Amino acid sequence: MVDVTERAKQLRDVAYYPGCALEGSGNGYDVSTRAIAYALGLNLRDVKDWNCCGAMEVKNIDPKVQTYLSSRVLSQAVNKTKNNIVMAPCNGCYHNLKKAEYDLAHDENSREIIDKLSTKAGHQTYEAGQAETIHALDWIKETIGEEGLRERTKGKLAGLKIANYYGCMYVRPRHIFPEKDQGPGSESTSKPHFMDDLLSAAGAENVEFPLKTACCGGAHTLSDSDMSTKLVLNILQAAEASGAEVIATECPTCHSGLEMHQIRAEKRYGKKTNVRILYFTQLLGLALGIGPRKLGIHTNISDSIDFLREKGLT
Amino acid sequence: MPIHEKSLIRPENITSHDELVIEGVDVSGHWSTFIETRVISDYNEEMEQEIAALPGGEHIHRCWQCGSCTNSCTVHAIEPRFNPRYWIYLIRTGMESELLRDKDIIWQCVSCNKCTYACPRDVVPEGVMKATAHWLEMKGHVPESPSMTFDKIFTEQIVEHGRIEDTKVLMQFMKRTNQPLMQDWLKQIVMNIGMRLPVKWGLRSAWNFVFHPRVSGWKKAGAALEDYINEVEQHHKSALGDNKSKVATDNAGQRQLRAAE
Repeated sequence: MVDVTERAKQLRDVAYYPGCALEGSGNGYDVSTRAIAYALGLNLRDVKDWNCCGAMEVKNIDPKVQTYLSSRVLSQAVNKTKNNIVMAPCNGCYHNLKKAEYDLAHDENSREIIDKLSTKAGHQTYEAGQAETIHALDWIKETIGEEGLRERTKGKLAGLKIANYYGCMYVRPRHIFPEKDQGPGSESTSKPHFMDDLLSAAGAENVEFPLKTACCGGAHTLSDSDMSTKLVLNILQAAEASGAEVIATECPTCHSGLEMHQIRAEKRYGKKTNVRILYFTQLLGLALGIGPRKLGIHTNISDSIDFLREKGLT
Repeated sequence: MPIHEKSLIRPENITSHDELVIEGVDVSGHWSTFIETRVISDYNEEMEQEIAALPGGEHIHRCWQCGSCTNSCTVHAIEPRFNPRYWIYLIRTGMESELLRDKDIIWQCVSCNKCTYACPRDVVPEGVMKATAHWLEMKGHVPESPSMTFDKIFTEQIVEHGRIEDTKVLMQFMKRTNQPLMQDWLKQIVMNIGMRLPVKWGLRSAWNFVFHPRVSGWKKAGAALEDYINEVEQHHKSALGDNKSKVATDNAGQRQLRAAE
């Protein structure tokens, strides 16, 4: 069995893969992740010269191209950044790196094609097992944990009602996440709870939210906007019906989808919802006493500054 | 009702009579509605193999029609005509004309993978939906879907720079699908957020827009990917029979032109 404290020590210094969305529309997630890493004394080393993981789009052109793109990121982490734990806060990136890992471990054809492409591109081929991909949730949970957060935050989020929204890519398809569904202590793919655990340790009240892993229609946020708006509206209304004041997110695509279609739903269907949308890292940052501007909260589309002031969190 | 009889109950297949006497028995009233006899002879026997040859469609033969995919489907809840189980049935039996009735909505799969999670036979219905949408386009049954346009813009940016820039993706997509860039909701977003954003944020976005974020030393990787994508396209084209796949030929042609420039 792996020594837990040894592993926690290892996770305090990880290769950080922000991904394209965190450089653009999801910048608040990047800023707040770095801010809490600093506050918690965790070291993030950016993956050197990282590229896009392929997102949800490239696999529709050809899945092997996506596997290659993700394998190059892992190769850069292992060979150039010299760190074999890759932390990806974006659900899309996290999912794709996990998927590449699975494909390279189980499919000879993928291995051949990825080797051929890597050689042509002039870098070392990534081999399954060289690195481990973790999500920002795993990272905080395993390094600081609920106990650590409880001590550091002193229940600062008390009185805040939160619906935790995990989205699709964090849990589906199940087979690419072999470490999940392994009994007590591990993450569940049908009822994920890591975000609930962390935020409740910081004092927040988690509402009973049935749509934790519902789809926001992020893949078609522009190409089939009406569908996305309907799916998002459903999530927003369910969160409000559950009594939530805030939806905590862990994916830049979900986050900007919820924000964008909250406005679109009002414009197109006259359905106004008031629930605020914040990254879980922004909420943890507030709990740790970091100012909202340092967490990029003012760059969110969903305006929650006044609300947070009312709650005494700024 | 067995799923293959679903299509029989359409209004055009039903005949009603106000007064009807059959072999001397008056069956007016409840017993006056009949389904027309149907004979199907135009099976497309290649359809399943062709879709199975496209990425995502590989495991279609495993399906035993339990319906877990449709039951768990995100899109089905909003658009009841979106029915993966039924389409897999039609593809496997070769009922092309029935499948073509739904050709304009198959691309709407949002890839949430709830079906993949629920499927007891590992059919990966999400992949089958993508393969079917791809097949419809390659065969020329439907024009390129907005989703495919989006995927192409995305992939082109990655092949060229290694990374994407979201403002550029948005602008190119609106342009290629002939939509005005300033949608009412987008204006609202810009207005809501514009007042709050620090100057630094604006400068950074403008910088990224002008100087596309790129990966140093990407050139070789980009070239390798472009070659590979072309190779795969040729392969798909031959799997579908050369002269039928008009769209694929056009794309390859455009790439060659671009390469020649």
